[in-house]
Amino acid sequence: MVKEKFITENLTHDGIDRRGFLKCMAWAGTGAYCVLQGGVLKSYALGGEALRNGSMSKMMKGELGFVQISDSHIGFDKAANPDVTGTLRQAIAKINALPTPPSFVLHTGDLSQLSKPDQFDTVSEVLKEIRTEKTFYVPGEHDVLDDDGAGYRERFAKGTMGDGWYSFDSAGVHFIGLVNVMNLKAGGLGNLGADQLEWLEKDVKHLKSSTPIVVFAHIPLWSIYPDWGWGTSDAVQALSYLKRFGSVTVLNGHIHQTMKKVEGNITFHTAMSTAFPQAAPGVGPGPGPLKVDAGKLRSVLGITDVNFIRGRNTLGITDSTLDSSM
Amino acid sequence: MKLISKSIVSFALLVASVAFAGGPVRAQSMAGKSVSGDATPKTASKSFNVEIKDFAFAPATITVPIGAKITWVNKDEEPHTVTSTDRVFISKALDTDDQFSVTLDKPGTYEYFCSVHPRMVAKIVVVAAKDKQLMKMDKMGKMN
Repeated sequence: MVKEKFITENLTHDGIDRRGFLKCMAWAGTGAYCVLQGGVLKSYALGGEALRNGSMSKMMKGELGFVQISDSHIGFDKAANPDVTGTLRQAIAKINALPTPPSFVLHTGDLSQLSKPDQFDTVSEVLKEIRTEKTFYVPGEHDVLDDDGAGYRERFAKGTMGDGWYSFDSAGVHFIGLVNVMNLKAGGLGNLGADQLEWLEKDVKHLKSSTPIVVFAHIPLWSIYPDWGWGTSDAVQALSYLKRFGSVTVLNGHIHQTMKKVEGNITFHTAMSTAFPQAAPGVGPGPGPLKVDAGKLRSVLGITDVNFIRGRNTLGITDSTLDSSM
Repeated sequence: MKLISKSIVSFALLVASVAFAGGPVRAQSMAGKSVSGDATPKTASKSFNVEIKDFAFAPATITVPIGAKITWVNKDEEPHTVTSTDRVFISKALDTDDQFSVTLDKPGTYEYFCSVHPRMVAKIVVVAAKDKQLMKMDKMGKMN
C-alpha cells in the first residue's frame, strides 16, 4: 500500500530527476505518461491535470505511434496466472481501443513459456487480433529453449541476421531489434556476442547523429539487478556505438515490471508483462512468477504506448495496466 | 500395483536405451509425473539428488563416487537446464517437476550451470570409491 502511494505522489511531479526515477522503480504502477524533451524526462499521472488539459491528446497525435508488449509466456498455467492467453487478449483489447491505432507493435520476447510449437502457434494466432500493420519480435530466453532458437526464427524472425537481430526505419526513426538470450555463459548475464556487436556498429555507422534511435531487446541493456541476471554483459559496448546520437530509447522486457532510467542521451525503459508480475529487484528468493490476489492481477499487467513527434526530439512513453481506463 | 510396475518397466527401458550410448556419462531425462517414487532403482546408495529451487541448485556442490547417479528435479515454476560447462552433459529445458539424471563414470570436477539463467552455477565432484573421505559423506554429498 505504501508503495502505491509513493508512486502516485511521485508521478504528480511535473519533472523528475534521476533520484526520482529510482522512486519510479516499482512494479505496482498505475500508469504513467512519460515524455522525453531534450534529455529531460517528465512524467504525468494518467488522469492528472496536465493530461486533462490536452497535452496528452497532442502527444497521441505524433507522427509515429507504436506499442510495446512483452513476456506473454503462452503455455504458462501455474497459480500466478492460469489464463495467460486471456490476459494477452485483454492487452490486445487495450491496444485496439487506443485513439490512434499503432503503426506497429514490438513484442520484446518470452512469447512462449517453453518454446513449444503449439505455444508459438497460439501466440502467433492471438497476436493477429491486434489492429496494426505489423508486429516485430525479439526472442526471450523462453523462446530459444532446446533448439537454439530455430523454431522461434522460423515463425517470428524470417529474413533476420544471425540469431534473429535486424533493423528497420519508420518515420525517420531507426529501430534496432537485438538478441541477448543466446549462448549465455556460466556465471554470466544476457549476452549480445561479438558477431552482433560488429553488425550493430556497421548498422548505425551511416546514420546521421540526429536520427532518433530505438533499440529493443528482451533482457535489459542496463544493469538493473545482476544477481538475478537482470543485465547484459556486453551492453556497454553496444551502447557506445550509440553515444553520438541525440536521442536513443532502449525498450526491454524480462523483468515483468516498469522501470525507467535516463543516462545522458539514452532513455531506458522496461515494460510490464501480459502474463504475470515478478518481484521488485532483490525482494524474495528469486525472479520467478509472483502470485498476487486474483483481483489485483490486471493492475500489474499491461502495455506500453510510445509516440514520437518530429522536431521535438521527443518520445512519449505511456505505460498502462490492463485495469486502467487509458 | 499395476501402475507402479508399468513405470518400473518404462524406467528400465529408459536406462537401457541411454546406457546403450556408452561413454563416461549416461544421461536421461523424464517428465515429472511419469515416474513414481517407487521406481527408485535398487542401487539407491549410489543415487544422489539435487533440487532446483528458487533459481539455485541445492546442494551447490556434491561429492559422489564413480558410477553414482545424480538426479535433478526442478521445483521452480520456471524452466531450468542442467548444462555442463564443458558440455559433458546437457539436459533439455526442465519444466516444473521434470527430472534429469546423469551417471558419471570418470573422476573429476564437473561444473555445470543453467543455460537459461546462467547465474545459477554448481558442481559435482566425482571421486574414486576407495577414497575414504567419501565414507564420511551422507547421501546428499555433505560432510558429516
